[in-house]
Formats: sequence, structure tokens, C-alpha cells
Amino acid sequence: MKVFKLIFKNTLRHKLRTFLTILGIAIAVVAFGLLRTVVTAWHAGVEASSANRLITRQAVSFIFPLPLAYKNKIENVPGISKVTYANWFSGVYIDKSQFFARLAVDANTIFDVYPEFVLSKEEKENFIKERNACVIGADIAKQYNLKIGDQMTLEGDIYPGRWAFVIRGIYQPRDKTTDGTQMLFHWDYVNERIKEESPGRANRVGWYIVKIDDPNQSGEISAKIDTLFKNSTAETKTESERAFQQGFLASTSAIITAMNVISFVIIGIIMLVLGNTMIMSARERTREYAVMKTLGFSGRHLTGLIMGESLVISAIGGGLGLFLTFPIVQGFSKVIPKGFFPIFQLEPITVILACSAAVLIGVLSSIFPIQRALNTRIVDGFRFVG
Amino acid sequence: MSSIISVKDVSKTYSRDSFSIPVLNNLSLEVDEGDFLALMGPSGSGKTTLLNLIAGIDKPTSGAITVGGTDISKLNESALAKWRAQSIGFVFQFYNLIPVLTAFENVELPLLLAPLSKSERKKHVETALNVVGLDDRMDHYPKQLSGGQEQRVAIARAIVTDPLLLVADEPTGDLDKNSADEILTLLDRLNKEFKKTIIMVTHDPHAAEKARITRNLDKGYLV
Repeated sequence: MKVFKLIFKNTLRHKLRTFLTILGIAIAVVAFGLLRTVVTAWHAGVEASSANRLITRQAVSFIFPLPLAYKNKIENVPGISKVTYANWFSGVYIDKSQFFARLAVDANTIFDVYPEFVLSKEEKENFIKERNACVIGADIAKQYNLKIGDQMTLEGDIYPGRWAFVIRGIYQPRDKTTDGTQMLFHWDYVNERIKEESPGRANRVGWYIVKIDDPNQSGEISAKIDTLFKNSTAETKTESERAFQQGFLASTSAIITAMNVISFVIIGIIMLVLGNTMIMSARERTREYAVMKTLGFSGRHLTGLIMGESLVISAIGGGLGLFLTFPIVQGFSKVIPKGFFPIFQLEPITVILACSAAVLIGVLSSIFPIQRALNTRIVDGFRFVG
Repeated sequence: MSSIISVKDVSKTYSRDSFSIPVLNNLSLEVDEGDFLALMGPSGSGKTTLLNLIAGIDKPTSGAITVGGTDISKLNESALAKWRAQSIGFVFQFYNLIPVLTAFENVELPLLLAPLSKSERKKHVETALNVVGLDDRMDHYPKQLSGGQEQRVAIARAIVTDPLLLVADEPTGDLDKNSADEILTLLDRLNKEFKKTIIMVTHDPHAAEKARITRNLDKGYLV
């Protein structure tokens, strides 16, 4: 008989209690994994941002547009290889619950600046030459069972009216972090109609996306762009794409912080649950520990026994939780609208954190019972009535 | 016979809250190798305390205790634990077997601390269980054994390391008369046949009759 066998037998002494504790840990790990996945999904845009792209927007607020005429001036700044632009179109597809990004873009340049949206040459040419053509991400095509040649009709809100588009391309996300849920169509097509219906809003773009040659020059180039439009009616603010994405997240930082805190509170709660189980177990075995000490077992042996039992329970619970987290996250990713969380998957860091948390729970939960077992004198242990 | 246990001017006082309770008072005792000593006395006389001090599971307030040439009153906790593992076999009133371990595993428990291979441990355990007549029950758990059988497993656990000294605290206190007789016969055999030095605490005169020497304690003094 090895000590590990004794640990295992001790673990199974109160099968129901051990089972419920393991189940509790597993549920906590699932909840932890899910919350962390939501947090990492929230940050997916930041992770996907490119170091050699800058975003130029209206200095006062992102919701105010910039003149189209800025494009030529920005292009002349040294160190810039390409400039494109986009407008947030919004609109409703099918119904209001169907959310994904719908953007009016410069069809000629958008794919030069976003090489991670992989599109065949033929699809790109077809998209450029047809004014009401659109390109959609592969995830959107899959979700709505759409294929090339199909029509997509949007009910406009920022840009009122019915807008009919023909799918001429389905882009594939190049990287794991690339958003595959965007719908892109001609800014020119939108602008033509706006010119007729509300001319005051025409020739305006939401933001410029600037591709630069050297990411190390981003600060300098940003400053040069903003200087160009200093004291104009539409001053600009240029920043790296990463900073731009982080700015978006800042508005929801309280929610993300709350989720982060809750995910660790869950770990804390389950630590108390396992701690309680271990304290009860150690208390019930006070006399046995006295016997073992009498037989010559040292504090090191008792520490190994108690911590080992705690670690076995937390490892089984953690393992079970992780095992369940994968299909549950996968299930969630199918149920939640793609547009909300384009990248919703269990990240390696979440798995590492969950494993570390399980080990930490096992170790910390055993500290108090170990202390108690070691500090109880043998003669007091024999007198103990549990 | 040479003296194996020497207790010199030993006192033991327990502190409970703000009270000091003297249990043993300047007590001296010599036990020769191969003796079977019964310690008798009324409840609270200090017999279990004396046994605990000789077995190294408690420390005297003053005085010296030498067992097999080792002054155990000077050993620290970890040295004392090591010494107990090598030198002392314990038999308790309530057997104190580990309920999740079989008879074999319970007897094997002290051997886990010894540098023995699995096959050597097995041999020792089988021999010990054979001595107590339970070699056919080695795969049984404590709850599957009678009280007398449990105590015999406890005795096998006590002798499996071939200790210098066997200490038994009311070994028949929780048993019926027949089982108690079996245990006393077994202890007698261990003393006579295997030359084990035994100190037994008991309040039962019938049990004390099996011992070669009987000493009485009263209020912390040997009388």
C-alpha cells in the first residue's frame, strides 16, 4: 500500500460529500471558463488589431463624420502606403435581434488595408464593379445560409430606406482572431442615394483607416495627420488601431471589470466550499491523525495526506469542469448572435487559469486542516470526540 | 535482567485554562527487559499519563525517562516520532484502526516508514497476522471484524516493526470476557515466546493477573 492509495481511500470515505464537492468545483470551473471566455471575446477586437494601421476619426466624437476630401490630404503624409475609409451603416437585417457589423466602405481599397479578410481575385473584381454588391464574412454566410448571388436587404435607420445588396463575395478570416461577421458594401452606393435624399449628409465618412509602412512611426504620422486639420471645422484624432479598439472597450470597462471580479469571486467561493469539506474531514479524523503520529508519521506525512486529498478533489473537479467547459462554450458560441462576439472560443490562457485555480484551491483549502492536524497534541487527539 | 526503562523523578502537570493539575509527582520506576508490567489504579491516578510518557507521546514537566538507553525526555518532536516508529508498539483500548484500510493495510501502515521493499513488507505483515491468528482475515475491513479480532489486528500492527517495547492502554476495556481472555493470552504469549517487554494499563484485576509484575498508582504516586 502506498500513501497515494490511502489518500484515494480517504477521498472516497464520504462518497456523497466528495461527489457534491467535486460537482461544485466543476460547476465553478465551467462558470469561470465561460466568464473568462466572454471577457476574452470582448477583447478580441484589440487582439485582432494590426500594428501598421491607424484610425483617423473626428476629434470630438466617433459619431461625427469627416469630409471625404481629407482622404487626398492624408495620403500625402510621408510614411503612409494606403488610405481607406468606412461608415457605420447599422440598419436592420431580418429583425433587430440580428446583429453584425454593416459597413459602407471604399470598395477599391478596403481589402488592401485589411489583408486578413481573404477574398478571391474574382470575387474582389465582381464586388468592385457592381455598385450594389456586398461582401460578407464566412461566419455570416454560414449563420444565414447565404451564398454568392443571394440578395440581402437592409432596412436603414441611420440611412433610412430599403437597401438591397447582392452578395458577390464571401471572405474567409485569415487568423483565429479575425472577425468573420462583417458585411461590407460600397460607400459610393450609399453616398449617391444620400446626395439625393439628404444632400447635407453627403460626402462624409465615418473614419479613415490608414496603412503605414513602419509601425514605429505611428506616433509621428498620427501627429502629422492631426496637424493637417488643426483649427478646421472637423479636427481629427488619429491613433493606432489597437488604441482605437481599446477606446471602445473603455466604455464597457465597468462590465468587463465586474465580470473579471465575479470570475475570481467564484473561485473564492468554491475555495471556501472545499476548505469546509477538508476541515470537516480533518476534524472527523483527529483521532486517526493522533494514531498516525503515534506510529511515527511526521508532520510532513500528514501534510502530504491532507493536501493530497484536497488536491485530488480539486483536480478531479477542475478536470471535469474543463472537460465540460469546451462543449458548453461551443454551444454558447452557436446560440449567441455572431455579431456580438465574433470570436467566442476557449482561449489557452483560460484553460491555464482554470487549471491554476484548481491547484490553488486544492492547496489553499488544505492549509487550515493541516495546521489543525499538526497543532493538535497526540494525547488531545485521542481525547477528541468528533 | 538489565533495566530497559528508567523513569526518574518524573512529574507531569497539565494546564487547563488557568488551572494547573498535577498528575504525576516525582515518580520513579524501573522496568527490566522482558518484563510484563501491569499498571493499575483508579481513574485519574495517572497510569495512562505514565504510559504516554514512557511511550514518548507526551513529555514530562520534570524528570528523565530513558528507554532502551535513549533519554526520550530530551528528544524533539521529529526525533521522538522517529524513535516511536522504531521502538514502540501501541495497543489502544478502542483499537484505533483506520476504517478505510484492510487488516493487511492497517498492519502495513507503520512499515511504510521503514526502508523495506513491497515484498519485505508483505512478509512482515503476514508474519504478524499469523502470530495473532488472523492470516485468513487480512483482506477484511475493520467493520467486517469482531471487537476481539480488531484488537488482534491492532496487536499485529504493534508488533509488525518488532519494537523494543509494547505498550497497551486498557487493551481489554472494550471487549467481552472471551475476547478479553484471547487478547490477554496473546499478550502473554508475546511476552513469553517472543520476549517482548510489555507495559499494560488496566483497571481489571483479572487482566493484571496475566502480568508478571503489578504496580499500583494513586493520585500520581506509585504505591
